[in-house]
Amino acid sequence: MQQVSTPSQTTLPLVKPHTRLAWVGQLFFIVLGLAVVYILGKNLISNPTLFANIFISGLQLGFVYAMIALGYTMVYGIVKLINFAHGDVFMVGAFVSFFAVTRFNLHQWPLAVFPSIPPMVGVVIGSISVIILSMLICIMLAVTIERVAYKPLRDAPRIAALITAIGVSFFLEYFGALNFVFSPRFIPYERPFEVVAWYIKGGIHQVVPGTQPPDGSITFSNILLIIMLASVLVQIFLQFLVKRTKIGVAMRAASYDKQAARLMGIDVDSVISFTFAIGAAFAGLGGVLYAIAYSSIWSQLGILPGLKAFVAAVLGGIGSIPGAFVGALIMGQAESMTMGYISTPMRDAVAFTILIIVLLIRPTGIFGEPEKEKA
Amino acid sequence: MRSLKVLSLFVILSMILVACGGTGSTGGAKELKVAILAPLSGPVPTFGVSTRDGALLAIEEWNAKGGVNGYTIVPIVEDSQCTPEPAVNAMNKVVDQDGVKFVIGEVCSKATIPISEIGTEKKVVVISGTSTAEAVTVDANGNTKPYTFRACFIDAFQGLVGAKFATEKLGAKTAFIMLDQANDYVKGLAEEFEKNFTAMGGTVVGKESYTAKDTDFSTILAKIAEAKPDVVYLPDYYNIVNLVTKQAKEKGITSAFLGGDGWDSADLDVVAAAGGYFTNHYSPDDPRPEVVNFLAAYGAKYKNDDGTAKVPDALATLAYDAANMLFTAMTTAGTVEDVDKVKTALEGIKINAVSGAITLDAKHNPVKAAAILAVTAEGVKFEASIAP
Amino acid sequence: MEFGFLVGSIVKILALLAYIYGILWVMAQPSRWVKAGGLIVAFGVVQLGLTKFGNFQILNSFDSGLLFQASAMTMVALGLNLIYGFNGQFSLGQWGFYGIGAYTAADITYRWVNGDARGLVVIAVGTILGAVILTGINKLLNQIRGVPVMSAFTLYLIGSIAAGYVAVMAGKLLFPVFQPLLGTNLEPGILATGIPLQVVFFLAVILAGVFAAEISFLLGVPVLTLGSDYFGIATLGFTIVVNVLMVNSDTILPFPEMKGGRGMVGIPKLTTWFWAFFFMIVVIVIMRNILRSSTGRAIMSVREDETAAKAMGIDIAGSKLMSFIIGSLFAGMGGAIYAHFIGFLSPGSFDFLVGFNPLIIVVFGGLGSMTGTIAASFGWLFFLEGLLRVLLGQMGTEAPTWRYVLYPLTLLLLMLIRPQGLLGTVEWGFLKAKEVLVRQKPKPASTDTPAVQA
Repeated sequence: MQQVSTPSQTTLPLVKPHTRLAWVGQLFFIVLGLAVVYILGKNLISNPTLFANIFISGLQLGFVYAMIALGYTMVYGIVKLINFAHGDVFMVGAFVSFFAVTRFNLHQWPLAVFPSIPPMVGVVIGSISVIILSMLICIMLAVTIERVAYKPLRDAPRIAALITAIGVSFFLEYFGALNFVFSPRFIPYERPFEVVAWYIKGGIHQVVPGTQPPDGSITFSNILLIIMLASVLVQIFLQFLVKRTKIGVAMRAASYDKQAARLMGIDVDSVISFTFAIGAAFAGLGGVLYAIAYSSIWSQLGILPGLKAFVAAVLGGIGSIPGAFVGALIMGQAESMTMGYISTPMRDAVAFTILIIVLLIRPTGIFGEPEKEKA
Repeated sequence: MRSLKVLSLFVILSMILVACGGTGSTGGAKELKVAILAPLSGPVPTFGVSTRDGALLAIEEWNAKGGVNGYTIVPIVEDSQCTPEPAVNAMNKVVDQDGVKFVIGEVCSKATIPISEIGTEKKVVVISGTSTAEAVTVDANGNTKPYTFRACFIDAFQGLVGAKFATEKLGAKTAFIMLDQANDYVKGLAEEFEKNFTAMGGTVVGKESYTAKDTDFSTILAKIAEAKPDVVYLPDYYNIVNLVTKQAKEKGITSAFLGGDGWDSADLDVVAAAGGYFTNHYSPDDPRPEVVNFLAAYGAKYKNDDGTAKVPDALATLAYDAANMLFTAMTTAGTVEDVDKVKTALEGIKINAVSGAITLDAKHNPVKAAAILAVTAEGVKFEASIAP
Repeated sequence: MEFGFLVGSIVKILALLAYIYGILWVMAQPSRWVKAGGLIVAFGVVQLGLTKFGNFQILNSFDSGLLFQASAMTMVALGLNLIYGFNGQFSLGQWGFYGIGAYTAADITYRWVNGDARGLVVIAVGTILGAVILTGINKLLNQIRGVPVMSAFTLYLIGSIAAGYVAVMAGKLLFPVFQPLLGTNLEPGILATGIPLQVVFFLAVILAGVFAAEISFLLGVPVLTLGSDYFGIATLGFTIVVNVLMVNSDTILPFPEMKGGRGMVGIPKLTTWFWAFFFMIVVIVIMRNILRSSTGRAIMSVREDETAAKAMGIDIAGSKLMSFIIGSLFAGMGGAIYAHFIGFLSPGSFDFLVGFNPLIIVVFGGLGSMTGTIAASFGWLFFLEGLLRVLLGQMGTEAPTWRYVLYPLTLLLLMLIRPQGLLGTVEWGFLKAKEVLVRQKPKPASTDTPAVQA
């Protein structure tokens, strides 16, 4: 919890690095690594298409996590707060799009207003407007949460803000579960566009509904492509935002040293609000894509993806944007490989073991910046 | 900060005021307090709401008929979160603070088991609509708990029926089982199905588990696509079924899905689950007056957000039946005070409930026929009836 | 009537606070006789309230249930306060250790009353042998110096597996000796009833705590080297993994009697007010004495400033590990008390979401305040399960859905009003420090890291 008041470099070890008996630990890692390679290799050789299918499902999971992980990593990078409510903002995003689609038919507005445009374009524009609406509402929600629940606690112990984050998270879940809000039901989600699946076997063919693709084919769907595309675009956008724009510089400065940033004339409060807004916008986007991909929503849908995404962010190096991306992809693969080849219940155990091992080797995650905390 | 403090003080004060101004029970002389324990928060609030609504409907109907033996039924609803300790607290509260002698609930077996133990200890009748685990009515030594009853089939029966239907009607030779290890209901059904299906000459080609909060089943589905089983047994609730069947359709999996009464819900995605079958307590197109009346009354009392009548799911139906069993037994016993007489009446109960004609066996489990329903894109249709 | 209930509940909560204050006050008295007498009186008052005189009972089983849960929660939360509040290690693993304690103790007594002594024998031999082996390896590694964490962990792991193996063998060997004395569950033998059973329960609680502590040692060795928030996430992972193992206790782990996700039934309900009170006081006394000792000062110095502590020659890793182990020991004991109160264990009770409760309690009561934690454990349970339940229960059939809407709101408001917790670092009576332990740092660097101002 302790953080030095001035950013110091990594503290140099006072004694010489640990060396004795190091082989025991290395042996442990080697045995573990060999076991993993053996399991994966054996299965890859025995059934390559199943492996590919499992890999693809891991990819989809990973890209969904990546979208959420971005919000965690940015907020943590700047205020050092594990924003537990982020997963619930994600849930709200999914619900907003649900209401927009089923109640107001927002996804059909281009076709209703301009009946002459091709339906394909209409669906694309309509879906994008649903996404934008969700993003806007999520931004409003996140900024409100930040102003009401986190801002008054800026000067309080950090744990107080964490507890309020948990409180906000519970509140959104159970307030959302009230009958007149989102209702506690599991709601089948109506997609703004249809899912098309393809399979690869001697070329790419479309899956005909009601028939099973031939043996040994690798299937994927347009949802996966959309999620991948959106995730990569968001990644590029954020890289640009953080590295090339004025607000990005301000964000980096604020995350490095708030006091100094303030002295340089940066309005740290609005930078923090902006960070929350950006994170929430992508949570909203992620929520819509998640709902479209899995087409079932309910008020507690954000808990688990939120947690997984956070773990992914830590794995990649919290505070780092490419780190969140890479961490999420690793998490996705680790989960789906465990589900495929070991057993589903051990999934979380494997994910956290990977996390702990990575942290032991690189204490701040894969892309993490050197520790600013005292060791 | 100051304004914040004032605001929060105001909120707390108003909470207290609201609490004080709440509608209390009218102090009438002839009142029968009945507690409904349901998970209104926690992991499955939607099941709790259904259960509460079903039980409340029954209570309302009995009160409209003039109550039980002249007593007006006063429902006390408690949140038990589908978790042991809140359930125990809720049970202790209704028993000790409110003096309740009859409890309807809980939904989940893991919450019903500890409250049934309290019921045994304090002579309180506990009647659960939906707790299917065997340990609900039977204690660790294999003795039937005297004051605990239920309105649903136990796991063993549904698993048997499912296996029977799969082998005899569908002619299935191979089956793939998907289950949630953490959910006793799912696990119980899956185990019984596996046992019976193998005994009937089928082969279980794969068994994969998932967790209740999963949304992505593509890894398991990839394995199913490889194994090409005749049936996939998925005895979970409709929320999981919606996810799995939809993803299965998108992957082009053609194996028939088979499930249990957890599928029964207005929220079941019939388009995705089309081609599947499930075992249930009754069929909605059943012409029996109990079913018709129940559907009409439930739809009249509870509305969806858009004003259409709500369709009860299995939980609401069974809670309604549980309440009716209790009140019928009280009428038979002619008392609402003497728990032992009511208990004896319950043991010998014969009632035409919505979920079929119910009698109880020695372990307080209902003996009733199961209906097999087929899911089509237009809705759920009656397929077959299988007697115990 | 509602007003009466409200007043009644508030009176109960106030009486409880007064009761806690009284215990702490009487324990602070210099005379040993006054101390012992005071504790007996404190125990007796509640025991009297729990006793039934005909139809009259001051504390019905609703209240007593809350009391037992609150005392179990006190132990867990005190442990967490030691880890987080006094040592500064942000742990979310407390709930996992609580679960381990609950299942271990339940398994011991369940097997015992069912005529199987292996639970007790294996756990007893395993924990004692494990403790010996682990300490031995620890001594050895301290002599070599400079052994990397993962190597140490591997050695400890091998050591504990060996201990476990020997314990299982010993269990097999000693099993027939106990068999005739235990009888079966229908005809319990002499050791399975009455006082011997109480002794076994006592041992089960202690062993459950020690077992949890040893697991925490194994986990702590590698994980405590991580930075604070990373440590939090890793321990959260531990809680989740423990939960997964509980769900699969009959498939992945070889414990059919735990029944996996179906929940373990038939645990003897042995928790009485005597045991709950006794273990709670034991935990309070142990923790207070540790904090007053040089170990405690080392633990607290690590929280204040690691570099300075290191410069003073304090073994940083050692004191972190120490507080983590002791905290987990308390959690395991709390779990044991809980398991024998409820008589039924389901993995659902040990979900990581519920695991935030001890953290909320510790922060509510004030980080680094034992009194605050004790008061908050009782207050929290009586507020959420008592007051809110009773109040909302009277407001019609829709109101109980609001319980978990009001709870986070209260949480938020309290946090916004008093971010340092209800009592801050104030201690009462027995727990009040004679020395000045309050952290006093020159301003801008406040006591704990603020969220923004670095």
